[in-house]
Amino acid sequence: MIISNTQEIPGKKITEFYGVVSGSTVRAKHIGRDIMASLKNVVGGELVGYTELLTEARGEAMRRMSRQAEETGANAIVNVRFATSSVAQGAAELFAYGTAVTVE
Amino acid sequence: MEFLLNYGITPIMLLGAYITGTILERRHLKSLLLLESGSRDVLAVTIEDIPPEWEVESSELVMGNVVISQDYFKRVAARIKGIFGGNIRVLEPLLERARREALIRMKGVAHARGYKTIINVRIETSTLASSRGNGKSTAGVEILAYGTAITIREEWRALPGT
Repeated sequence: MIISNTQEIPGKKITEFYGVVSGSTVRAKHIGRDIMASLKNVVGGELVGYTELLTEARGEAMRRMSRQAEETGANAIVNVRFATSSVAQGAAELFAYGTAVTVE
Repeated sequence: MEFLLNYGITPIMLLGAYITGTILERRHLKSLLLLESGSRDVLAVTIEDIPPEWEVESSELVMGNVVISQDYFKRVAARIKGIFGGNIRVLEPLLERARREALIRMKGVAHARGYKTIINVRIETSTLASSRGNGKSTAGVEILAYGTAITIREEWRALPGT
């Protein structure tokens, strides 16, 4: 699966469009990480636990998107966009979407 | 003792946050300069269309993210400044640092996978809601930088600072 956030896959030609594919996950941090983060909030700086959490969650959202594209028979996803929204307190939704296509 | 507990902790926290926050900021800026000089051989551009004569061999989505939070002193300072409005200058360096860090991480991923050019770079900012309190205070700000890493022939690349 070739994933790209450009209109076309560079160096390849799109032969078929399959429509929008998307994947999302809603993740919350466990209480230990929350406590560590609130302590870190006092001195400022990077909240490493949250960075890792969002990286993992975004990876999961992309995997789900890829799986959906595979099911339709596509071999690439173009014009991928990401959206993050906080749906509830302490939880974030990570959403990835794009257009499934066949390239050659 | 009770008086100290009630009114002493806030100034101590403010002072502590100010000192550690400033030290951490300086250290981060120093490491950013070092990392930026290291990732200079990866060229990142926001343009999407590349000239058709560039022969692209392979492409891949790469991204880098960072969640960063403001220290307590600066949050209080920003809240006070917010009453009067205008430029809230204490918040600006933090976001700038976070963006630079996210870009460096994205370039690092591309470099590790053997790519030297990233096109269509986008940078997104989102706030994470705090799980405690009334939700007004944010737990942090996430900066995500992403783009499409491509391999092209060397002679098409003009590197900055060379």
